[in-house]
Amino acid sequence: MSEGHAAVMAEPTWRGGGTPLAVGHKKFGMWLFIMSDTLTFSGLLIAYSYLRAANDWPTPFHFFPSIVFSTIMTLVLLTSSLTMVYAVSAAHHGARRKAVKWIWLTALCGSIFVILHGYEWMHLMVDEGMYPWANEYGTPAFGATFFLITGLHMFHVISGVGYLAIVALGYRRGKWLPEDVEVAGLYWHFVDLVWMFVFPMIYLLSTSVD
Amino acid sequence: MTEVQVSPEVAGYTEVHRHPEPKSFIWKYIFSVDHKVIGIQYLLLAVVAVFVGMALSLLVRLRLIWPNESLPLLGDLFPVGAPGGVMTPEFYLAMLTMHGTVMVFMVLTTAPQGGFGNYFLPIQIGAADMAFPRLNMLSFWATFVSFMLLMAAFFVEGGAPMSGWTGYPPLSAVPEATVQGIGQDLWIASIAVFCIASLLAALNFIVTTLDLRAKGLTMMRLPLTCWTWFVTAILALLAFGVLLAAGVLLLMDRNAGTSFFVPGGLVVSDRQIDHSGGSPILWQHLFWFFGHPEVYIAILPGMGVTSHILSTFARKTVFGYKAMVYAVLAIGLLGFVVWGHHMFVSGMSPYSAFVFAILTMCIGVPSAIKTFNWIGTLWGGKIRFTSPMLYSIGFVSLFVTGGLSGIFLGQPTVDLYFHDTYFVVAHFHLIMGVAAIFGMFAGMTFWFPKMFGRMMDEGLSKIHFWTTFVGVYAIFGPMHYLGMLPHPRRYAEMSDVDYLLTTGAEGLQQFITVAAVLTILVQFLFLYNFVRGIFAGKECREENPWEATTLEWAVPSPPPHDNFAGKVPHVYRGAYDFSLQGAKRDFAMQCNDDKAVYGDQPGSGD
Repeated sequence: MSEGHAAVMAEPTWRGGGTPLAVGHKKFGMWLFIMSDTLTFSGLLIAYSYLRAANDWPTPFHFFPSIVFSTIMTLVLLTSSLTMVYAVSAAHHGARRKAVKWIWLTALCGSIFVILHGYEWMHLMVDEGMYPWANEYGTPAFGATFFLITGLHMFHVISGVGYLAIVALGYRRGKWLPEDVEVAGLYWHFVDLVWMFVFPMIYLLSTSVD
Repeated sequence: MTEVQVSPEVAGYTEVHRHPEPKSFIWKYIFSVDHKVIGIQYLLLAVVAVFVGMALSLLVRLRLIWPNESLPLLGDLFPVGAPGGVMTPEFYLAMLTMHGTVMVFMVLTTAPQGGFGNYFLPIQIGAADMAFPRLNMLSFWATFVSFMLLMAAFFVEGGAPMSGWTGYPPLSAVPEATVQGIGQDLWIASIAVFCIASLLAALNFIVTTLDLRAKGLTMMRLPLTCWTWFVTAILALLAFGVLLAAGVLLLMDRNAGTSFFVPGGLVVSDRQIDHSGGSPILWQHLFWFFGHPEVYIAILPGMGVTSHILSTFARKTVFGYKAMVYAVLAIGLLGFVVWGHHMFVSGMSPYSAFVFAILTMCIGVPSAIKTFNWIGTLWGGKIRFTSPMLYSIGFVSLFVTGGLSGIFLGQPTVDLYFHDTYFVVAHFHLIMGVAAIFGMFAGMTFWFPKMFGRMMDEGLSKIHFWTTFVGVYAIFGPMHYLGMLPHPRRYAEMSDVDYLLTTGAEGLQQFITVAAVLTILVQFLFLYNFVRGIFAGKECREENPWEATTLEWAVPSPPPHDNFAGKVPHVYRGAYDFSLQGAKRDFAMQCNDDKAVYGDQPGSGD
């Protein structure tokens, strides 16, 4: 792969039709998509910070059950990143069946995350009376930002589970390459990484410390 | 030179974009994955949109000079918006909003990048297609859906949105404030779909430019058109994601009862609005973080086309090619840090305004580099005054005129006075509207023989150029003066404003409307020339009618399905080798090696 990079450095020897950044074009495309999606999430998190600074922000979450529960969700999602690493590694070693198994396990962890998240939403809405348009803790912006940001993240996880399923089926039939597993892995890790910003900003910073 | 081992992945992707030629009509012309067909689809979409946008601007101009007169036909066409032929102020605002939205998104963003970029980027870099052909098709059809959603806003109950193309809340966020129906929601949905389409297209452009260049085509040998499409794509990739986020928030404010952009204590028509905790300024930050790069998304491809055409018809290499590339990159970079200069009057700390003003002034530097390099390119050239050349020179003129007023508006103290006046209307129309449109005229007349194998009529194009050039100055020149009066913008009528009645503003407004009507009429000449050119223009089967240097002129007109008929081009030189010493012709194409250029004499090459 380093030859491609060298070709860019030594300009007149550029041989065309190659991979100047030492990545295949699908992987490169995914990186660019991730950059764009990062800007979308950044826009939302900056909007959240802006509204948080402009309002008297409530801190209704308690260590138990809110933080314990969301920590379990975080662990499930982190585990899915680990299984994805194993899937990519197995695919690159040509262990097709093993890789497919790890991909399904990743999708399973993602699904568990979505179920736990859905349960949490139900709890907040039914038991705590917290909705996007109103809540009992204080400014309505609290509920609005919470549901919007976690909702968009959850949408990414659900799409990711679907994407992983397609990759698992396609890769098992030999239609997709190990490279495609890695590209799916990039997306999956990105969704995890977003959560690592959402979790402290939305949950931990809204916890009362008494 | 040792041959680099090509990795299996590379072999894999050359297969992907070498798709077979489709046979049936639907797959060949409707759901085509061929970048050339998609490029023309984008161009046709933009042509339809630009005439819709012009019709809207005509209504706006008519309302301004005849606010209370009954106009023929209007009452029948718009029974709600213009009862008895008299346009209501709400109707005026709706037309203004839709004019801006249609023009900015569906014309200025689609045609230069989606149209010309799609068609010519792959050919100019020696590729058979874009890196992701199917994604390309998806981008176009999503753009089409977005256009349909926007058009649907005209026909729903309550009518089109009237909160401006910038969609400022609370007007856009609180249904009670403007439109009760779903017009505004359709507008937001249209923009959201457009964002997704644009950022996927941008991703495609970036990968294509970096990965699919032909052998020998280094970045510093790229035609400047490719550079501007590339930088535009980077801007689009980063800007549209943020607008998408803002659009989702606005849609929730309207439909899910949230209050992201609606402050507490808002009263509309004596009624307290049940919202609290939001901030309208937040929308402005998010919107203009997109909005300013959007200005460059519209204008940069025009700059590329202008550089390209000036060099070709002055028979001189581009003056300061590297400086041109760095200037484009600098403009792109600075475009992301100046959004605050749209918000000087929105309530901003003077310190922030100061920083934004300094950064805004910095954009003057790369812009001046580009302008002087264009003049340097023309200086001492053997200029051929073809119609593309005239349009390109027109672009430089409009860019300078519009740019100079930008220096005034970039100063917070001056902007406080000018911001809500016609001075701003004049500024942004000249620089991002009309200049970019002249870039498109230039591109269309220049590339027309390549796209359709026929010529547009040079005489008609030249008549169109001169009338339009004089016309746009007649429209937007006097607006600078109106702005200094100061004549406020966005107002549906001025008949009650005493101080304007004594200053000649009314006469000027009438003059502008007459100029606008005439200029709009002249555009039908261009449309006629365009349509006639496709079906009955002078046949032009030669590959290189303009004696240009880049790769698209080395293939047949129109190019075959895979552009190079199965061959892989090889590039030996930069994009603008004109008037070479000792060469057989006065230009050398990028795919000519030294032997082809200089013959067999030893030592004549570099």
